[in-house]
This record gives sequence, structure tokens and C-alpha cells, in this order.
Amino acid sequence: MSPSEDRFGDAPYDGPMLEVTDIKTYFETDRGLVRSVDGVSLTLERGKTIGIVGESGSGKTVLSRSIMGLLPKRGVVREGSVKFEGQEFIGIKPKEMRAFWGAQMSMIFQDPMTSLNPVMKVGNQITESIREHLDVSKSYAMELAENLLESVRIPEPRKRLKEYPHQLSGGMRQRVCIAVALACGPKLLFADEPTTALDVTVQAQVLDLMAAQQRERFMAMVLVTHDLGVVAGRADDIAVMYAGRIVEKAPTATLFANMKMPYTEALLSSIPKLADDSHTRLATIPGRPPDLVHPPKGCKFAPRCTYVQDKCLEQEPPLTDLGGGHQYRCWFPVGTPEGAAALEKNRTSASPAPAATATRPAGVQV
Amino acid sequence: MELTKTVAKRLLQLVIVLLFVTMFTFLLIRLLPGDPTTTIIPFGTDAQRAALRNDLGLNKPIYEQYADYLTNLLQGDLGKQYNSGRPVIDLVSQSLPVSLQLMIYAQFIALLFAIPLGIFTAYRAGTRSDKAINTSAFALLALPNFVLALFLSYFVGAQLKWLPTGGYAPGWMDQFFDSSRSPDLIEHARYLLLPAITLAVGQIAVYMRLLRSDMIATLQENFITMAKAKGLSNQRILWRHALRPSSLTLLTVAGLNVGTLIGGAVVIEVIYGIPGMGLKIYQAVFSKEYVELQSYVVVIAVLFVLVNFFVDFLYTVLDPRIRRARAS
Amino acid sequence: MPELPDTGLDDEIGSGPTATEAFEREQHEFGGVAGDSGLLQVGAIEAGPASTRRRGAGLGFGAWAAIGWMGFIVLIAVLAKIGILTWGDANESFASCARKGPLADEGGAKGFLLGCDSNGRDMIPRLALGAWTSLLVAVGAVTFGFIIGGTLGLIAGFSGGKTDTILTGMFNVLLSVPVIIMALALVAFLQGASGEEGALSPEMILIIAIGVVAIPLIGRITRASSLTWAQREFVLASRAQGAKSRRIMIREVLPNVLPAMFSIALLAIGIAIVAEGALAILGVGVRPPTPSWGNMIALDRGNLFKSPHIVFEASLLIFFTVLSLNLLGDVVRARFDVREGGL
Repeated sequence: MSPSEDRFGDAPYDGPMLEVTDIKTYFETDRGLVRSVDGVSLTLERGKTIGIVGESGSGKTVLSRSIMGLLPKRGVVREGSVKFEGQEFIGIKPKEMRAFWGAQMSMIFQDPMTSLNPVMKVGNQITESIREHLDVSKSYAMELAENLLESVRIPEPRKRLKEYPHQLSGGMRQRVCIAVALACGPKLLFADEPTTALDVTVQAQVLDLMAAQQRERFMAMVLVTHDLGVVAGRADDIAVMYAGRIVEKAPTATLFANMKMPYTEALLSSIPKLADDSHTRLATIPGRPPDLVHPPKGCKFAPRCTYVQDKCLEQEPPLTDLGGGHQYRCWFPVGTPEGAAALEKNRTSASPAPAATATRPAGVQV
Repeated sequence: MELTKTVAKRLLQLVIVLLFVTMFTFLLIRLLPGDPTTTIIPFGTDAQRAALRNDLGLNKPIYEQYADYLTNLLQGDLGKQYNSGRPVIDLVSQSLPVSLQLMIYAQFIALLFAIPLGIFTAYRAGTRSDKAINTSAFALLALPNFVLALFLSYFVGAQLKWLPTGGYAPGWMDQFFDSSRSPDLIEHARYLLLPAITLAVGQIAVYMRLLRSDMIATLQENFITMAKAKGLSNQRILWRHALRPSSLTLLTVAGLNVGTLIGGAVVIEVIYGIPGMGLKIYQAVFSKEYVELQSYVVVIAVLFVLVNFFVDFLYTVLDPRIRRARAS
Repeated sequence: MPELPDTGLDDEIGSGPTATEAFEREQHEFGGVAGDSGLLQVGAIEAGPASTRRRGAGLGFGAWAAIGWMGFIVLIAVLAKIGILTWGDANESFASCARKGPLADEGGAKGFLLGCDSNGRDMIPRLALGAWTSLLVAVGAVTFGFIIGGTLGLIAGFSGGKTDTILTGMFNVLLSVPVIIMALALVAFLQGASGEEGALSPEMILIIAIGVVAIPLIGRITRASSLTWAQREFVLASRAQGAKSRRIMIREVLPNVLPAMFSIALLAIGIAIVAEGALAILGVGVRPPTPSWGNMIALDRGNLFKSPHIVFEASLLIFFTVLSLNLLGDVVRARFDVREGGL
């Protein structure tokens, strides 16, 4: 099945649009094999959004790039299965992937300034994508580009086409990146920390824009961020990543109401709340993410977990499925009797967490 | 405006450097032993020689000679050849375009090879082909260019007789210096091809490495991944997206080298018999033509300083746009 | 994953000639040995493709081969000069052998493994003795250049301010005169100064001439290195302890600058060997019958068409020697190079 033929949805594939099964991505380095993504599975339907949340180093960026297949060939081990509309990505040649990139799926990157080619005009960067995948004339492509800029709410779009990236503000540049990504009408959009490099005031605008475009085009979106607040209102499902694995996955409402994994709880509590007193200390998660070359035995979050018990340090908890799309990995989950007991036990004993983390300075980089 | 201040400062530096350079070359040339009169009138009497020295102004105190020279220089008079009385400016206008054209062709040929090689080795950095090419380039650097010149002129010139091994025909630039020299482009190319290649070979390795390291850095940038994510082919990404931001240093250096290597091609010009500035300088040293030699050196030094200055200036002008674009 | 070198283009407006920095980056990329018109306008600074860079303890095959070759050449040179194992007389002419290459089967070339030059002199002892001359001149010139240029550069980089500006200005003025011309003028001057008797031997003249030409080049490089180190905290710490400037310079900065300079020195020797050759072709330098690799090429380049072996053999020796020096220079640099990241 040629992807470009399927563009207008002739024979809709019967199954989830994106099906990732146990994907693993390792990097060969001098220090050893870095396990950035260590067995992640998820599915995504057309028109839905999944938020992938985690700290820096959790593997979320590598995950999105690995699914899309944008990683270099040398020094990278990529296993598992990624099926896009039934087409398996892992193992196919880069040349074959190129038909999908831009046309069926695209990506928006974190820093709009470095994502755009500084010596190339904005218009050309958009039309380049269009002319690569669609068989249209240069002038028609320019028209399309102008329309795109308009749809991402950039004022004076015709003028902008001839300008260079450094002539635009940060928010506008990110909109241009969105325009580039949407140029050929992809079915799947990856957004890798799209608002982190932007001003707070602009963040909401850009996110709203993306949501609007998604609705209009019935696009699926993978929203990668470290900020739970970003995905709170905008994702259908949320997957929390830690040390290369998904530690909890649930539909948004369920996650916030009934989270099970202590890490999720910690993430949530580390978000400063407006209602708090101005002197309230910022809660942080003590300790640091684990070494991905020699990960610890047992649960990877255990060294920093407030619920930790000996079992956690010895055995890796399996994936528990609560039904309704809620999965998690934990021996002593939040909101359960075992969990509460574990927490109490730690609170009363002398050292609530292994000595190694007690003396370390903070935690989560939000 | 800040720009004019910088320009003014640079111009002042330029003038000072030029002053020192002329002074220095003047003194340097005066160090040469021997008496030019022995070359001009080899069989003359002492009295005749003394008289000639007086005429040539060689008996005046040094600072007076320098002052004279400087005043003449500022009026565009580069002096006369002792021997023939010909104005040096004629000799310069004869030989300068020859050397300039040779340099331009050499840089052009060097870039012709260095750019694709640089792109290729950057793209395939760390692989066997990269290592192989780098090693060959490294080895090539150990080859003295006069050896290459000798062998090229032997094999291509004498054995295969494809190209001449000495001589010159005017090209496109000569007529601007002397309107009587009309271009004979084919012959011009035939005479200059081997020397240009010889000079280029030495540059290819350096240029290739320069481009390679800039390209490797550029290829790490986000916009390259973005271009990839658009589904563009690797060829297009390399040539259309990666090359332009990476080529600035390389082009600057190549441009600089046109002006700065002129004096350095002496050996090549001597071996190939190309009547450029290098050859003229070589001849002047041995004929003890102080003034002629001085003027050549001054012309070259001025060219060198001007080219540097101009490129610096260009950088300052171009830089803000590029830097703003590259700044994160 | 490929390593990330700095592009060197991020600097302030007007804080220095950015184009000159680009120019210096060119020199930075490769030891510009011999590729450039005999005597270089662009000085050699650092050489080496990543392939010769070794992380970890062992030296690669290339480095050992280079050491072997250099050892071999130095040994031969010394033995030839002393007079032991000369494999024949460098000055004796054999008419029967004149201009015959090693492959000539006509009688007379037998017994002369590498053939003879145009005067019928056996190539082997000439090349051996030539090694001595060429190496002597090259090492001498580089040493001379380092002693003066290196010291000046060290002072310039360390002192900064007016001293630095003056010294750098001097270097730049010296460098605007093409290297060949400087060298030619110096040789001519020294030849004149040493008079008819020849108070200075031609080798000495060459050493001084090439050495003086090298001074601004070496000075610039030393200055850059000295500057880097002088800005480090331990120098500040030393000053805070009340140490005198000169002491700091010699005790703290110099030992750190030396390893990098050693690598440059190796490259410079290679360049000097080629320079001697270039000057020989221009007709100045070591006078025959004393052989040097350079003047053997220069003398018999007219015979290139009929007896290419003469030029070829000498060139080959130069090639391998320079290649070995470049390799070793690169290895030394890779060993001692502390990655500054951005400087």
C-alpha cells in the first residue's frame, strides 16, 4: 500500500492508526549501551491526543523520534514494532520512510529558532515540503504556504513568506514550524516540547492553535512535555515515562483523579499552585534520574520514591492493567492499603528513603 | 553609528600597518649585499660606478632615500628598474594579473574538489570512507608542491606532451592592466592549468577539513532534523540546507588566499616558467634591483593587507545578520 | 556519533578581526605542510585526521611506523656524517654511472643500488649525507625560531595589554612580507655579511634565515596557547599568592604550553625540510658538492626527463620524513590536547 495513495482515506485501515509495541532504543556510547527507551507500548487513534510526560532524561524525546524513525543509523539499536496504519516502520529503509515524513506524519521541535534554517526564507521552507510531496507548481505552493501562515494566525502572511526566521518573534517562529509541519496535511503530529522555549503568555496561544488545527484536520497528536499542566486539558490519554519506560498510562481524567504510581503523584505535587501561600516551598523530587547504562535492579524509581520498600529495590513491578485504559507499574500504589502502609512505614522509620538520595540536592526540573 | 567607528578604526590600523610594512621592506631590501652598479655596468671604472650610484640616489642617507621613495609611492610612482630604466609600474602591471589569475584558478580548482569531499566526509563522518579520504588528504600534505610541480611537468608536459611546460598567454584580466594585451583564453588556460592544479592540490586537504568540521557541526543542528522530518532526500539536505551555513569560513579563507598567497607561488612560477610577480621577485633579488624589489614587496604587502581588511569588513557587515540568525 | 568541533564564528562585533580568525582556523585544521608553495604563508599548526587520533593507551600502527622511519633516517644521517658505514663516498664520481637509474641494465649501474646523479656520484651515500644536512638545517631553524619566537609569543600571550599589542603588531608586519622574499633576502644578506671567506657556513645561513622567517609564525601560535593558559584560574591563584609575573610565566604557564609546542615543533621541522628544498630550487642554500635533499632535487631537476630517479629518490625520502613528522605531531597533540571547548 503506497502511503501517498492512501492520503485521502480511500480504504481506512481497520485498527489503531499508530500501534507501538515494546519499542526499544539503545545508543552505543563509549560508556556502554544507553537504554533510552526500554520497552514502550502504546496505541493512538486518529483524532486523539496522547500526552507523554516525564523529566529530562526519561526518554520521551527519544521515544517520539524513534517512533517516527528520525534517529541516525549508526550507533543506534532500535527494536520492537511500530505500525502506522498497519505498515511496519522498524526495519524499513530510510528511503521508504521519507514518503511518510511530512506527508503522513510530521514533527514540531522544541526550539523554533534552531528548527528553522537561518539562511532560508520562511516561504521556501514551507513550499519545500509541499513540493516534495505534492505535485504542484511553485506559485501554487506559495499560495498554499500563504494560506497556511494565515491559518496559523500570522499577520501579513504574504510579507512573511519572503522574510528570514530571525526577523520573526519566538511565538511566530513556532507558528511557522507548525505551518511547515501541517503543510501536507499529515495524519499524525508529534509535538516535542513545543512551548518550552516560548514565553508563558504565548504558550497557551500556540497550544490552542495546535488543538484547533487538530480538530479541523482530524489529526492525531503525540504531545511530549515535562509539564503536566500542558497536557492536563489537552490530551485524551496521558503516559508517564520514567527511565525509558511507561510507568503509568491512563485517560486524562482518570490519571488525575485516580493516579496509582507514586511518581505521578510526585509530579503532580511538584506543580506550584496559585492557591498556595507565597512562602510555600516548592516540592521537589529528591535525587536524580538513574544511569541508563547500568540501570538499577528492580523498580527504576525506587531510590527516589517515598513509598519504597525492599521489594521495590529487588524486583521490577509488572504492568498492571486496571481496565479502561489505565495501566501502571508499582508494588505499593497510591490510594491502596498496601501503598498507604508502605508510606506510613517509611515515615515512621529513621530513613524514609535510601541514604544515597537524602543528601542530594533537588530533583525535578520542571 | 557603531559601524562607521569600527570602519574608521580599521582604516587607521590599515594605514599604520602599511606604513610599517613599507618601512620594513625598505630596510630589508637595503640589507642585501652587493652593488647594483656591478650588474648595470659590469666593466665600468670605479669613478663611473660612483657617478652612477649618485644618479641612482644610492649615496643619500637612508632616511632620505626612504622619504623619497615614500613620496614617490604616494604619487603612484613605483620607481624605475636600475638596469633598463623601465618604470616598475609597467613591470607590475605585466606580472600582477598573471599571478592573480593563477591564484584564482588554483582556489577554484581546490574548491571544486574540496567541497564535495568535505560534504561527503562530513556526511559519512567516522566511517571507513571518511577515514580513508582523510588519511589520503593527510598524506598528500606531506608532498612538497615543488615535487608535484616537477613530476607533473615531466609526465604531462614532457612525456605526454599534452600541456606546455613554460610560458604564458594573456587571459581575461590582463587587458585591464594593459589594454594592448588581448586575451587568448585557450592558450592561457593551457599554460596555467598545470601550475594551478599544483597549487590547488596543497589547498584541497585543508579546505576539505575546514568544510568537514563546519558541516559536522551544522548537521547536528535542529533544522537539519526538521528538514529530514519533512521527507527531503539526503542529497537535498546536504547541498541545500547544510552547505550554505557551513561554507562561510571556507569561502572567506579561499578568498583571503587569493590575495595572500601571491608571494608564495614563487617556486611554482619558477618551475613552470610563469611570468608572474613571483618570478619577477626572484629575478630582482639576484639582479640586486632594490627599488624594483621593494615595489613588488610593497604591492604584495598592500594587497595582502587590503584583502584582509576587506574580508574583515565584509564579516562585520554580514555577521550581524548571520549571528542573529544563529543565536538561540 | 561524530565529534562536535566549534565553528569559531561566535564573537563580538569589533572585538577582533573575525576574518583573520577564520584564516587562523584554516591553519588550525591541518598542518599545512609542504602543500603550499614550499615556504608557507599559512603556518602549520595542527595536523591530523581523526583516524590517527587514539583514545586510550596504545599508539597505532602509523605512529610506530613513523617513529621507526624517523629513527632510521636520523641514524643514517648521523652515521653518514660521522663517517661510519658510508656505503661509498658521496663525492666520488663514477663516469660510467652518470645519470643512470637503478634499473639501467647497461653496464656501470651495477653495484649502485639507487643509481647515480648527473655527476656520476653514488646516490646512496649522497642521500644519507643529504639527510644529515637537511635535518640539521630543519632542526636548527626550528630551534632557533622557537627560542626567539616562542619566548616572544609566551610573553605576548601572558602579558597582554601594550606588550601584546606591540609584539602582535610586529608579528603581523613581518608576516605581510611574503615568506619567500624574506628568506631570500636574509640568505643573500647573510651570504654577503659572511664575506668571501664564508664565516658562516651555508647551513648556518639557512638555519638563521628559515629560523627568522619562522619567528612570527611560531610567535603567533605560542601566543595563542600562552593566552589560553594565562587566563586559567591557577594563574590567578598564583598571583593572589603574590608570585612575581615572570615566575608565574615560567613556572605555571610554560610547562603547559610546552606539550602543544612540541607538536608544533615536529610539524615545523617537516615544513623546514621542504623550505630548504624550495630555497634550493631558487638557487640559494647549501652549496654543492655538499648534498642536501633539497639541492639534490634542485641540481638535477633539469635531468628529470632522462634520469627521473634522482629527483624521485630524494622526493620520496622527503615525503616519508615529512609524513612521519606530521603523524607524530598529530599523535603528540592528541595526547596532550586538553579539550578547551570553544578556544
